[in-house]
Amino acid sequence: MNHDPYSWGRPSDAMYGQYNNAIANAPNTLEHHSSGSNFNENTTRPIVTGTSVIAIKYKTGVVIAADNLASYGSLLRFQGIERLHKVGKTTVVGISGDVSDMQHLLTILDQLEMENNYDNDEYSDNVDELQPSYIFEYLANLMYHRRSKMNPLWNALIVSGVDSKTGKPFLEYVNLLGVKYASPSIATGFGSHLAIPLLRKLADSEEEAAELTLEQAKKGIKDSMKVLFYRDTRSSKNYSLAVIDKDTGIAYDNNVDVEDMSWKFAKDITGYGTQRV
Amino acid sequence: MFRNNYDGDTVTFSPTGRLFQVEYASEAIKQGSVTIGLRSKKHVVLVGLKRNEDKLSSYQKKIIKCDSHLGFSLAGLAPDARILANYMKQQASYNDMVYGKKINLNKLSELLALKAQKTTQTYSGRPYGVGLLIAGVDNLGVHLLEFQPTGNVTELYGASIGARSQGGKTYLENEFENYLEIEDLDELIAHGVKALKQTLKDETLDIANLSIGVVGEDIDFTILEGKHVEKYL
Amino acid sequence: MSPQHGSQPIQHQFNPYSDNGGTLLGIAGEDFAILASDTRQSVDYSINTRLSHKIKVISPPVTKEMKLESTDIVGTKNSVLFGTNGFSADGDALTKAFEENWKWYVHDQNSNVETGFEFLNENNEEKESFMSMQSAARNVQHLLYGKRFFPYYVHTILAGLDEEGKGCVYSFDPVGSYEREQCRVGGAGASLIMPFLDNQVNFKNQYIPGTNSTERRKIEYLSLDECLKLVKDAFTSVTERHITVGDGLEIFIIDKNGVRSEYHALKKD
Repeated sequence: MNHDPYSWGRPSDAMYGQYNNAIANAPNTLEHHSSGSNFNENTTRPIVTGTSVIAIKYKTGVVIAADNLASYGSLLRFQGIERLHKVGKTTVVGISGDVSDMQHLLTILDQLEMENNYDNDEYSDNVDELQPSYIFEYLANLMYHRRSKMNPLWNALIVSGVDSKTGKPFLEYVNLLGVKYASPSIATGFGSHLAIPLLRKLADSEEEAAELTLEQAKKGIKDSMKVLFYRDTRSSKNYSLAVIDKDTGIAYDNNVDVEDMSWKFAKDITGYGTQRV
Repeated sequence: MFRNNYDGDTVTFSPTGRLFQVEYASEAIKQGSVTIGLRSKKHVVLVGLKRNEDKLSSYQKKIIKCDSHLGFSLAGLAPDARILANYMKQQASYNDMVYGKKINLNKLSELLALKAQKTTQTYSGRPYGVGLLIAGVDNLGVHLLEFQPTGNVTELYGASIGARSQGGKTYLENEFENYLEIEDLDELIAHGVKALKQTLKDETLDIANLSIGVVGEDIDFTILEGKHVEKYL
Repeated sequence: MSPQHGSQPIQHQFNPYSDNGGTLLGIAGEDFAILASDTRQSVDYSINTRLSHKIKVISPPVTKEMKLESTDIVGTKNSVLFGTNGFSADGDALTKAFEENWKWYVHDQNSNVETGFEFLNENNEEKESFMSMQSAARNVQHLLYGKRFFPYYVHTILAGLDEEGKGCVYSFDPVGSYEREQCRVGGAGASLIMPFLDNQVNFKNQYIPGTNSTERRKIEYLSLDECLKLVKDAFTSVTERHITVGDGLEIFIIDKNGVRSEYHALKKD
């Protein structure tokens, strides 16, 4: 099968009218995409994408969530794509952006974990475990390296976890540019606009995050996922939620649904769509 | 020492299954001045006797620092040791850069062992003519390792290599149950210096020829020389 | 003809840079130097974090004895205070690259000098040698110019003590042009603060009263307290007027006792 969507053909003009090339800057012939042009093959835009990842620290750990949807433009293309990934014993990496780049990152993270297991198998008495900070530093270097080659991995990542030696919660962000930062609450994409104000209300500093209970943090994340589902058209009701706690380890649920929604307002929205005013 | 037909290169076994070039390389350690390493549960101490060619020349460096948590003392060919020092500095640095983590001593020893072993199976070149006592600290605590030209790297509680090192080794074997529990760094150094004294014949220890390296969970790798070693003499 | 209708395919270009805001400020005194920055990191209209560190203290090991004298010491007097502002990923990368060079410089200095004679030198207090500010600055130029055609998009400021123990500040443009100065501001608030500092540190446009603006006020060193007041005033003011500056102010002070740091809250709006 030819996997280039541009070769899949277009709806007939008779049915839908003239194709509008202005939409998404589409080319007006099919040729230059299939012919061996001298453009480089680097990612210049994401294709199948995952939307926001959101996370917040609390007293003894971190709560992180991302929905299970991979969109192809406005099409809800894959509805069972998990975007939170366990790495090592105390780390969860949440990935938004291009899904194929995410899957490439996963193979790299697998290798990282495997290499660490060579000299640190579970049977030895002294284990030098992968810590969230090591994983983050590695990923941040990788992201910056790829952007510097002008061949970025089109993602924003959130590395969350606890340091298994010190028990300290860890939460840091890096994106396709290699820009990184740490904060008591972090969100990618739409989440940085919609979820961050809610999460910062819970904890705006490390000190405040160190007072937050698991229940408060979890509620904050769940409420934020609801707001995101209300407002982000590329989000889904079904999402994954992970809690990484210094005492209880990783608790991962890949099948959470947004609850207690109210769409009562919808009937009053008029003026566009299929409704007759 | 007699010559035989099987010591021309490192890649040929003798009929008795020995690699003479590798064994000769190990002999080079015994030509070098003595160095001793010992560890407690919190610290590692390296002590070394520095040698000078003659009265007018400076002393050969005995201890090299490779990272804030890591260093070694050497016995044998110092130039070879510098190559290995550079390699260790690079690996430590790489680990720090890529993972934001001080290199694990176990990982480092494996890298060194591989590097040394390669020379015993390569026609051109020769094995490293130097033995190292590596001291360092990582997530799993403090470590003392001994590196040999054969490609062996072993972890120990006490080690003594170089000329007339047997005296030091005997001292450590007799004392190790005592020094293992020592909390105070100065006390552990005193044991090291005492062990070193067992190996001396014509020389006497002074501030010019004694070199001390220490590392522990509460102290970065530090080299003590000159007037800083006076109180341990 | 608009690009959509031409026969040329549209070239999407990946933009490898972003502007992460913030301000960086360095002042040199007679026997001290200050490097300060706000702790906000932003992009577009979003605040990424309220606590990011744009200044790195690159220091030889701080000994126990130094800690005994003063517990809040975070570096020795041989430290380089290294600050970057602009595109934070490049700033971090530049800082890391310099740190690496600094480390190898110290390694090489100390392993190429054969030891054994230093016991003759009673006054030789320092066993290890470190990178001078002058050398650090030249090295940073090489790092920056080495990426002349894909620059580190940052304004870099170094602060420390020179070989005579005098405070010094070096500032750089993104491709490595540099200069030693008495004071410099970089980043988003540069155009707001720099004229203020010209006037307050270098006494620009200050004339002796009664001379009819013919005789300039003589330049003299400011005290540490005066400098710290200027820094705090500068940052509180620029926080009011610039959206990417705020949240917190981190100040590093280096003098003969080592490096100290201070933190002050700024407005979070």
